[in-house]
Amino acid sequence: MTEVTATASAPAKPAPDARKAGHWLLMATIVLFCIWVLAPIYLLVVNALSSPEEVRAFPKAFWPSFDTGSLRFFVEFNGVLKALWNSVLVASLTMTFSILAGAPAGYALSRFDFPGKDVFRVMVLMTRAFPLPLLALPLAVFFIRTGLDDTALGLALVHTTLALPFAVLITFSLFSGIPYELEEAAHTLGCNRLQAFWKVIWPLAMPGIAASAVFAFTISWNEVFAAAVLTIQNRTLPAFLLQSLDVSPPHLKFAGGAALVIPALLFIFAVRKYLFAMWGIANR
Amino acid sequence: MNRRLLPYLLLAPATLFLCVFFAYPFLMVAGEAFSRDGQLTVANFQDMIGNWKFPATLGNTMLLAGTVVPLQLIMALGMASVVTHLERGRGAILYIFAIPLGISDLAAGIIWLAIFEQSGFLNSLLTMMGIIDKPIQFLGYQNKMTIFIAVLIAELWRATAIVMVILVAGMGLIPKEYNEAAEVFGASRWQRFIKVTLPLLRPSLQTALILRTILAFEVFAVVVALSGTNFPVLMGETYHWQFELQDRNVAAAFAMLILVISIGFTLFFTKALNVPKEARI
Repeated sequence: MTEVTATASAPAKPAPDARKAGHWLLMATIVLFCIWVLAPIYLLVVNALSSPEEVRAFPKAFWPSFDTGSLRFFVEFNGVLKALWNSVLVASLTMTFSILAGAPAGYALSRFDFPGKDVFRVMVLMTRAFPLPLLALPLAVFFIRTGLDDTALGLALVHTTLALPFAVLITFSLFSGIPYELEEAAHTLGCNRLQAFWKVIWPLAMPGIAASAVFAFTISWNEVFAAAVLTIQNRTLPAFLLQSLDVSPPHLKFAGGAALVIPALLFIFAVRKYLFAMWGIANR
Repeated sequence: MNRRLLPYLLLAPATLFLCVFFAYPFLMVAGEAFSRDGQLTVANFQDMIGNWKFPATLGNTMLLAGTVVPLQLIMALGMASVVTHLERGRGAILYIFAIPLGISDLAAGIIWLAIFEQSGFLNSLLTMMGIIDKPIQFLGYQNKMTIFIAVLIAELWRATAIVMVILVAGMGLIPKEYNEAAEVFGASRWQRFIKVTLPLLRPSLQTALILRTILAFEVFAVVVALSGTNFPVLMGETYHWQFELQDRNVAAAFAMLILVISIGFTLFFTKALNVPKEARI
């Protein structure tokens, strides 16, 4: 975690009362922000853990009855399990592609100076200025021609376009944080480049690479537009939910929403250490 | 391995990928927007603009982006500032603040649907407190204003985290000494924030504004989940033309419009908040 500007040890300390009041104000603000973030998620979980009748009832209870009726309905609903499986499959493929293509690029950017380096960096940064999910529109035709339409692989390729710039930037900052001297030391001790990378750099970079892999997974797991455009039979969970929004009963929506949200909480927890480092570097 | 060739070899997969799945589809979408049945034309744009829903669609998207982004910036600055003042438990609080970052727009829409729907939690709360007798239809088609507010709140909830994360990272890059020096000269907390932190935060503000503005024009699933088609936005219309109306060319025209707006704002923020390389910390 980066060190952040603190207002420690003011030269002329304000009166104790004012400091105390300021402290309570700070705490109250933090509690309010936490409630703002957490309460809506709690309410979704309440809905997901209530029976279908309770979800439709009015006025609603603000605590769950721990009835699994809605969840069972969701799991048994035609197509849900397949959509869940498709989501996992597409996200795993996306994760693999974006690391396999992104990590070498990040390594090259951090270790070498070469003509064309800036062109590549600008290209990666430029992708951020584009509404990427829209690129799914022309690709829909391209995929029909190549037989990739309505497949997990085709969608994963599009999702990789979304995740790749992040993978490049995160791994770039990651490798930049590992001193080149370590590699040089390995070279002088008789390692070739590959051995030096594998034995010295890889163990150090592993956790960060895992984090950027999780990040790529999350991007794909959450993506709705391209998924809805490119799949028909093999819907991912978000595409499935979107498609059935106006026809499905409320308890199905809320159970499905919870199924989308709970893994996302875990993903963010897994990458929490790297969220800040990556944006700090990506600013430059 | 040849040292001169190695970096290019390492970049090759990513470059190839971006060419096939970024540059090529971009050219294709441009081609589709400006042609119909193989003929070069602007008819697609005329169809797009001529549609009766278009003024409302563009207006809604603009209004939403114009409201949500400034509010998010203020809120994220607030969140980032309170976090930096914390001495203990900062990691845990940051995690909680960052949670919406992992939540998709569709899930966020569903979450706020649970609150705003007619038999939802907001109506339940208001009824229990005796403020209303019968539930209000917040998301009905005749209530454009409440739909807008619901979408606004859902977007604020969902996407403020990304701005906050970028700003916290940026604040971490500002050397402590600047603030301490200002304090020595008697600057109040507010003065230090306005005159020291904000100007030094410009690169992060730029990144955050560009990213958020682009994403604000891509708003889609939140709106669909909360209002169906009662609150048309650009991305939703793109989807509508592609699928319900089966007109790829007009959908491509919408895509070009979103693209032009996005690039326009990127250039604007790049210029407006530009920090010369030598002046960076």
